[in-house]
Amino acid sequence: MLIRRAPDIPSSEITPESLYLNRRSFMAAAGFAALNAAWPAARRMPRGRRDDDKPNSLQDITHYNNYYEFGTGKEDPSENAGGLRTRPWKVEVAGEIARPGQYDLDDLLRGQTVEERIYRHRCVEAWSMVIPWNGFPLRNLIDRFRPTSRARFVEFTTLYDPAQMPGQKSAILPWPYVEGLRMDEAMHPLTLVVTGLYGHPLPNQNGAPLRIHVPWKYGFKSGKSLVRIRFTTTQPANTWNVAAPDEYGFYANVNPDVDHPRWSQARERRIGEFFRRPTLMFNGYADQVASLYAGMDLRRNF
Amino acid sequence: MSPRAARRAARILLFLACLAPLGVLLADGLAGRLGADPIRATELRTGIWGLTILVVTLAVTPLRRLTGWNVLGGYRRMLGLFAFAYITLHFLTWFGVDQFFAIRYIGKDIVKRPYITVGFASYLLMIPLAVTSRAAAVRRLGKRWATLHSLVYVAALGGIVHFMWEVKADMSRPTLYALVLVGLLLLRFVPRRPAGFRTAAPPGEAGPTRTRWSRATP
Repeated sequence: MLIRRAPDIPSSEITPESLYLNRRSFMAAAGFAALNAAWPAARRMPRGRRDDDKPNSLQDITHYNNYYEFGTGKEDPSENAGGLRTRPWKVEVAGEIARPGQYDLDDLLRGQTVEERIYRHRCVEAWSMVIPWNGFPLRNLIDRFRPTSRARFVEFTTLYDPAQMPGQKSAILPWPYVEGLRMDEAMHPLTLVVTGLYGHPLPNQNGAPLRIHVPWKYGFKSGKSLVRIRFTTTQPANTWNVAAPDEYGFYANVNPDVDHPRWSQARERRIGEFFRRPTLMFNGYADQVASLYAGMDLRRNF
Repeated sequence: MSPRAARRAARILLFLACLAPLGVLLADGLAGRLGADPIRATELRTGIWGLTILVVTLAVTPLRRLTGWNVLGGYRRMLGLFAFAYITLHFLTWFGVDQFFAIRYIGKDIVKRPYITVGFASYLLMIPLAVTSRAAAVRRLGKRWATLHSLVYVAALGGIVHFMWEVKADMSRPTLYALVLVGLLLLRFVPRRPAGFRTAAPPGEAGPTRTRWSRATP
C-alpha cells in the first residue's frame, strides 16, 4: 500500500517528533526576538494545545468504539465484530449520477492513492482520540461517478445484516444506519474514505471494509461498513436525528458553544489524558471548513 | 451451628459480597483492565452497583413480609449503607476525578443538566438517611424515622431517572431497574397480613405481630 502524507494537514500535526521534543531548547536559544516574532503566529493558534495531538494507541482505537451494530458497550464491537465478512463486498452507488450500479469494493478502490491522515476524532459524548487513518479523499471517489447537477446531498448506508451484526437484533436504533452530507461537505478535501488504520487494513470494529471520516463533525456523522452511496436532491434522513431530533441534528459540527441538550460540549476527555481539554470550534479545523457555513445559524443548524 | 453463629456468618458473607464489586474495580484498575477511559468506567461501575444495592435494600422488607423470615430485616441497614458508599464513590469520581473539582463547570452542570440535577439531588437525599441509620437515631426519631426513610424510594427513583436520562439510546438496563422498583413499591401497598391470618398459628404464638422494627440493630 502506498502511503503518502496529505498536503492539506495543518503543519502543526506533522511536526517531526525531534523538532517537537527540541522546541524548548530552540526557544531558549532564539531568545526574546524570536519569541516576539513568533507571537502573532502563536495567537492565531486555536485554543487548546494543538501541538500535542499524539495518535492514540492501536489498542485504544480498536477497543473503545461506538458501533451499535455490534453492541452498545464501548468494548462490544471489538468482541462482536469478528464475524463480519468484508470480502467480497459490494457497494451500490445510486441516485443523481451518470453511472449508477453495483460496484465491487476492489473495483472502487482500484487506482486510488491511499495516504495517511492523522485526524482528531471527537465523539458527541465529549471524548476524543487522534487516529492515523489510511484512506483517500471522498471527492476522488465521487468524481468518478460524475454526479449530475441535481445532486445536492450524499447519503451513506451501513450494512444491515443481523446475522453478522448482532446488535441489529434489537431495535435500539432504526436500522440500517444512514448518514448524510451536503455535497460541498462531501467534496471537501478533508472528508476521507477510510480503508485502513496505522497502516493495517481497517479492523471490523472501526467500520471495515470502508467508512468515511469527517473530522470536523461529531463521530456519528461518519458512516461505517458502507453498502450504499446515494446522491440526492433533498437532505437525507440521518439515523440519530430520526432517533432523537432535538439532540442530534443533520450538521453535527463540533462546536464548543452549542451544548448537547443533556451535556456540555465545551470540553472533552482525550482518551489517555487525565484532564479534560477545551473543545475546539469545528474540532480545530475551522481554518479549512468554517467558510462552508458562512452566514448559517449554527445554533439552529446543530 | 447455633442460629446466632449462622446469622453472624451470613452477615460476614453479605459484607464481603457487597465489598466484592469494589475489589474487582480496584483489581481491574491496577491491572489496566478498565478500558480506554478508566474514569468513565469507574463512574459507570460505581453508579450501577450503588443503584443495584439500593434496589436490593428496598427488596428486603417485601421479601421479609412474603417469606416471614424476620431475620432478613437485620441486614437492611448494612445494604443501605453499602449503596450509599458506592454512590458516594460515584459522586466523588465525577466531582474529584472526571471534573477535577472544576467548580465552575460542576455548578453549571448541576443547574443546567437535568440528569445531573436529579442524580445530585438524589444523592443529597441519601445523606440524612445514612446519618440516621444508627440504632440510636432509630430510637430517638421513633415514628418519624420510618417517614424519613421512606424517602429512600424517592432517592432510588431519582437514581433511575438519572440513569435513563444519561443513556443515549439503549434503555433496556434503566428500564429493568425501573420495573423492579415499581414492583417493590407495589408490594408495599399489599395489605399486611389480614387479621385472623394467624388463627391456625402454633400455640404460644401471639396473633399478628408487628415486626417492622423488631430488629433494627445488629
